[in-house]
Amino acid sequence: MSALQKTLLDAVIFDLAQEELRSLNAALQGLEDKTNRTEWNVLNPRGAHAIAVGVTATVSITIAGHAGYYCAGMNDGASITIQGNAGTGVAENMMSGLVHVKGDASQSAGATAHGGLLIIDGNAAARCGISMKGVDIVVKGNAGHMSAFMAQSGNLVICGDAGEALGDSLYEARLFVKGEVKSLGADCEVKEMSAEDKEILAGLLEQAGCSEKPEEFTRYGSARKLYHFHVDNAGAY
Amino acid sequence: MCGIAGLFLKNARLEPELGRLLSGMLTVLTDRGPDSAGFAIYGQGVAGQRKFTLRAKPGFDVQALAAGLGLVCVAHDDHAVVSFAAEREAEVRAALAQHAEITIVASGARMELFKGTGLPEDVAKRFGLAGMSGSHAIGHTRMATESAVTTEGAHPFSTGADQCLVHNGSLSNHNDVRRILIREGISFATQNDTEVAAGFLSHQLREGKKLDEALHNALDRLDGFYTFVVGTENGFGVLRDPVACKPAVMAETDDYVAFGSEYRALADLPGIEGAKLFEPEPGQVYFWERAA
Repeated sequence: MSALQKTLLDAVIFDLAQEELRSLNAALQGLEDKTNRTEWNVLNPRGAHAIAVGVTATVSITIAGHAGYYCAGMNDGASITIQGNAGTGVAENMMSGLVHVKGDASQSAGATAHGGLLIIDGNAAARCGISMKGVDIVVKGNAGHMSAFMAQSGNLVICGDAGEALGDSLYEARLFVKGEVKSLGADCEVKEMSAEDKEILAGLLEQAGCSEKPEEFTRYGSARKLYHFHVDNAGAY
Repeated sequence: MCGIAGLFLKNARLEPELGRLLSGMLTVLTDRGPDSAGFAIYGQGVAGQRKFTLRAKPGFDVQALAAGLGLVCVAHDDHAVVSFAAEREAEVRAALAQHAEITIVASGARMELFKGTGLPEDVAKRFGLAGMSGSHAIGHTRMATESAVTTEGAHPFSTGADQCLVHNGSLSNHNDVRRILIREGISFATQNDTEVAAGFLSHQLREGKKLDEALHNALDRLDGFYTFVVGTENGFGVLRDPVACKPAVMAETDDYVAFGSEYRALADLPGIEGAKLFEPEPGQVYFWERAA
């Protein structure tokens, strides 16, 4: 622990204007799961890339400002709040835990993530939830084109509008959109909202602090026609 | 990779700071483009006057040539800006064309354009960017992918009087488009893909298209990955390819509109904490201009 990392009450304050990003990530990645240093405040992020990546301890990390690429990537158990916008690939490949972006997220938010919950208070840009593998994502604003491209599992909730080609080449995963969908991608279709869907959606809206009602959303999912190549479907690829 | 920075001032009080601010933005973007850098800066200009930015081969005495032609000349490393009465433009152009050691890099009433190889910080220092003032400027840091690391391959590329282009990305059909443009009489100095985009815009403008129309047509005709920022006499325009392969962040305050490939490039701008930040939409042409 360096002199610049001051322990104030229980929170560790780490100022990126004073210390290297690598030291922050090394400190966070070295935490034991039963650590008593459970609160971390990261100051002056100034859009730096790869802040708080690969954290495996169940700690809370607050990033006081805008983050660059891959913030909270590979998160496995931590609760990470970004008090600003996040660059490309926020919470990429998250395994578990919570990542909360208070502003907008750039492209590929939650890409390939296996678990946990990603909440984006603002808009998400293109390819939100691309190849998602079990993560839950709640976007309170709009999501850009090709969101949930090749999604395999998990839930994507969009409270605003979705861009072109939503759910293109979808394997599985539930997509819920309240607003307009500009267009559906290949093999993505409107599904009936089952009781189970409604329960999952209600739970996610509650966790994300949204006032929307499940009834206001349309559920989309895979038509399951492109799982295996079939020559009759060649035109749809 | 490659990095783009653009700054358009709404508040004239910041004009003396323009070069210093852009220099800082380009330095941050070194990670995205360490090979070469360049920038176009738009100063006040003088009514009835035109200027050329020239690049000279080492050892060539631009000052002497300018003095002989009766031009005001300000040297910046291997570049020099010469100014003269607007009606002399054709005559000066013809006189300069006699000297193979000189290239006219840019022309116009307000724009000056400088570029070279090396780290962005060094390039900015060489040309004295930090001391320059103006109403707006765009700059580029290059990580070469399509063609050699040379001064000619660095950005910006001039597309016409007081107009230039910087590009992050790569075009896949540039050879095809170059061939067509050569038949139309557009000439090219390099094998660079961005020069083709610049030539495409020049050709469109020559055909009487407005700049926003030209950019819309670029969406149809140019294939590949790109974020373009176009400098104009009164501001700048932004266009991202429809797939949005290349990053872009914009910030707007009461004092300025700023463009950066990444937020890091904007982090030192005054009042950035309170700025409205947004990502420009793919396939949409944006312009920020002051009333002419």
